[in-house]
Amino acid sequence: MNIFGFAQQFFDDPSRWTGPDGIPTRLAEHVEYSLLALAIAMLIALPVGLVTGHTGRGGNALAALATAARALPSFGLLVLLTLLMGLGLIPVMVPLVALAVPPILVTTYEAMRGVDPSLVDAAKGMGMSRSRVLWQVELPVALPLILSGIRSAAIQIVSTATIAAYVSFGGLGRYIVDGLSQLRYEKVVGGAILVAGLALVTLGLFWALGRVLVSPGVRRSR
Amino acid sequence: MNFLQRFFEVPSDLQNTWWGLILWQLQLTLVPVLIGLALALPLGMLCARFRWFYPPVLGVTTIFYAIPSLAFFVFLIDYTGETSLTVEIPLTVYTLVVLVPAIVDGMRSVSEDTRAAATAMGFGTLRRYLQVELPIAVPAIIAGLRVATVSSVSLVSVGMLIGNEGALGNLLSDALNYHRPLLAWDAVLTIAVLGVVLDGLLVLARRILTPWARKAASA
Amino acid sequence: MIEIDAVSKRYPDGTTAVDRLTLEIPDGSITVLVGPSGCGKTTTLRMINRMIEPTDGRILLDGQDIRERPVNALRRSMGYVIQHAGLFPHRTIVENIGTVPRLLGWDRQRSRSRALELMERVGLDQSLAKRYPYQLSGGQQQRVGVARALAADPPVLLMDEPFSAVDPIVRKGLQDELLRIQADLGKTIVFVTHDIDEAIKLGDMVAVLREGGHLAQYAPPNELLSAPADEFVEDFLGADRGIRHLSFFDTSGLELTSEPIVAEDATPEQVRARTVPQTPYLLVTDREGRPLGWARAADLAAGTDAGAGAGAGAGADADAGAHARLLPYGHAFRLGHDSLRAALDSAVLSPTGWAVAVDDEGRAAGVAAQETIAEAIRAAHAERAVSMVTADKGGRR
Repeated sequence: MNIFGFAQQFFDDPSRWTGPDGIPTRLAEHVEYSLLALAIAMLIALPVGLVTGHTGRGGNALAALATAARALPSFGLLVLLTLLMGLGLIPVMVPLVALAVPPILVTTYEAMRGVDPSLVDAAKGMGMSRSRVLWQVELPVALPLILSGIRSAAIQIVSTATIAAYVSFGGLGRYIVDGLSQLRYEKVVGGAILVAGLALVTLGLFWALGRVLVSPGVRRSR
Repeated sequence: MNFLQRFFEVPSDLQNTWWGLILWQLQLTLVPVLIGLALALPLGMLCARFRWFYPPVLGVTTIFYAIPSLAFFVFLIDYTGETSLTVEIPLTVYTLVVLVPAIVDGMRSVSEDTRAAATAMGFGTLRRYLQVELPIAVPAIIAGLRVATVSSVSLVSVGMLIGNEGALGNLLSDALNYHRPLLAWDAVLTIAVLGVVLDGLLVLARRILTPWARKAASA
Repeated sequence: MIEIDAVSKRYPDGTTAVDRLTLEIPDGSITVLVGPSGCGKTTTLRMINRMIEPTDGRILLDGQDIRERPVNALRRSMGYVIQHAGLFPHRTIVENIGTVPRLLGWDRQRSRSRALELMERVGLDQSLAKRYPYQLSGGQQQRVGVARALAADPPVLLMDEPFSAVDPIVRKGLQDELLRIQADLGKTIVFVTHDIDEAIKLGDMVAVLREGGHLAQYAPPNELLSAPADEFVEDFLGADRGIRHLSFFDTSGLELTSEPIVAEDATPEQVRARTVPQTPYLLVTDREGRPLGWARAADLAAGTDAGAGAGAGAGADADAGAHARLLPYGHAFRLGHDSLRAALDSAVLSPTGWAVAVDDEGRAAGVAAQETIAEAIRAAHAERAVSMVTADKGGRR
């Protein structure tokens, strides 16, 4: 398999860049699915992670939940839900959200637990209310680690959102699945490269986000 | 390798029983995880030792991680055919992505004082690594192993798309083709339970390996 | 005034951190809680701003039970300084200091200028204003912690081992700074430490606590040193109690003599005039009167020493060789400022056994023999015994 040859073949084709099966369209669809899944996962995982991390209670339950969610096979869930509910966006979103919740949840919890307790002590002693302590002290300090958890989830989502193609949705997975069934491997290669590229762009976005959101005084974690 | 392959080759009629599928899934999960661990340990030690090494290693593994598993499988078919190996190689890579940071974290959790004391007592580098640093790094490493193992268990099912190399995932193709949701339930639940059981075993392993750790440590 | 009224703190597992503690903390002074680990000093401090709630008893602030006030309002009215400062790493120094003012609703401009004002007060250079905590040294961070506690001008300051995490030299600087700030501001300070010397140095009143949260003694530091209540306090005070107690006596009653002092350019006749029978030595000073060292009167009179050979105008430099024959005077004590302890120390350090006193400009004001100092100590003790009977509170030097 000549990967470079296939890649060239894929990207050089001008028709590839327009139309409903064009790269821009598929890219936009893929980004759409990914953003939606990430948003839902963040909506679920961030509050739970922040609160349990702040209070310190429920860590064990959290870990068990995360493990169970990780153990659910994405592809299996997709098939199961499609069989039960028919074609739709939900069977696609559920596995993606299930994939993204554990890293965000666990990392946010650990980030909050990892905040220097003397900071919380000083803040409370100065007369800050509990919610102020959470938002104005713990969160900014825990932010680098929290961002890394969200980043990790984002990359997993970008990579796995290709499964949408199995149930007739769009996205970059379309190239891979179609390429396989049509035995046109240049599409598979092109699709994979695009997904990997999108993941890299995501990494870059998060790096930039970190520069903007994280205070220079907070030591940046890996 | 030959012995290993033969060791795991279950007669094909057995392969199609439920337990046979579970064993097969285990094989497809554990082999990449163990090989991944064997690769990650020296790699992690190098990354912890030489700080400049870590970012490029992370970058490369992340890129591989981002390649959708299916595409990965497809690339490999030309080289490894439609066999278990095609599934195991990408899984090994995915395991590396999780384990290398875990090992680096574990190594970093060993305090400089402990390292210095060991060296001063006359431990050579390798002996110190094996007898002092690694044991202390165990909790972090097992934490990474848990994520890698559980993720692998569920990823294996995608192998179903490569000529039925997905163990329990194979149930899914039948489920789709014959519209039998029960098979899908079967696959999903069995895989999930398998994952949780493996996770529990690893927690047990951690308790056994680190008798000095207090119960106060979170799960 | 803060009244701690029969306060106890017991934990569910049975440990008693504080046991029926009753204490009155006067306004405008530094009260130190000191004791070994497990004596409940930090627990007591944290009960004052309700970080911990007592199991029994109550605490009154200016006559009002602190439980009657909303807890955050109470805390905003008290400064709180902890070990390692607890500065917010994600905020600049100015933002850190302005935390409580902003909580109280001050606008940005006002809290910023207040922060800059406080930085100056605690001895921090204004160039550090926009920096982040990680860029500051430990001592600087502690100063920021103190500034932050003072920002809203609270009447009460709670300090929990604030200087324990820095090295001794930095610690001394911080202690001196605190005393200076207190002299200006007159806050009610409750200070926790495990270091008895820090307690004695800083405290106007010192409460010594025993393991289990019992009060062993509550007294001004010099009373603690001279009359420890029991064996525990005595042990805790450590050795040299008597000598350390001398820091509380001033040198006002000390009889100095300025006879055996000569300038370096003295003539042999002047030397002979200054020679006294009590000591074979004379203190040689430079032309401004600052002490240089001791010399044998006989040598000086014979004209073979610094005095006679000091023809050159450059003073010290020209007589370098001559000065080598001078015995170093050790350490001088400042008249009017230093205590009898410093005077005794000066005498003991001096190779001649005589202490050297200097005035504010560093000029020799007189010398005193060990015997004279011992006499002054005896007199001071006698006077103190009388004043204790008349229930007078001692001062501190």
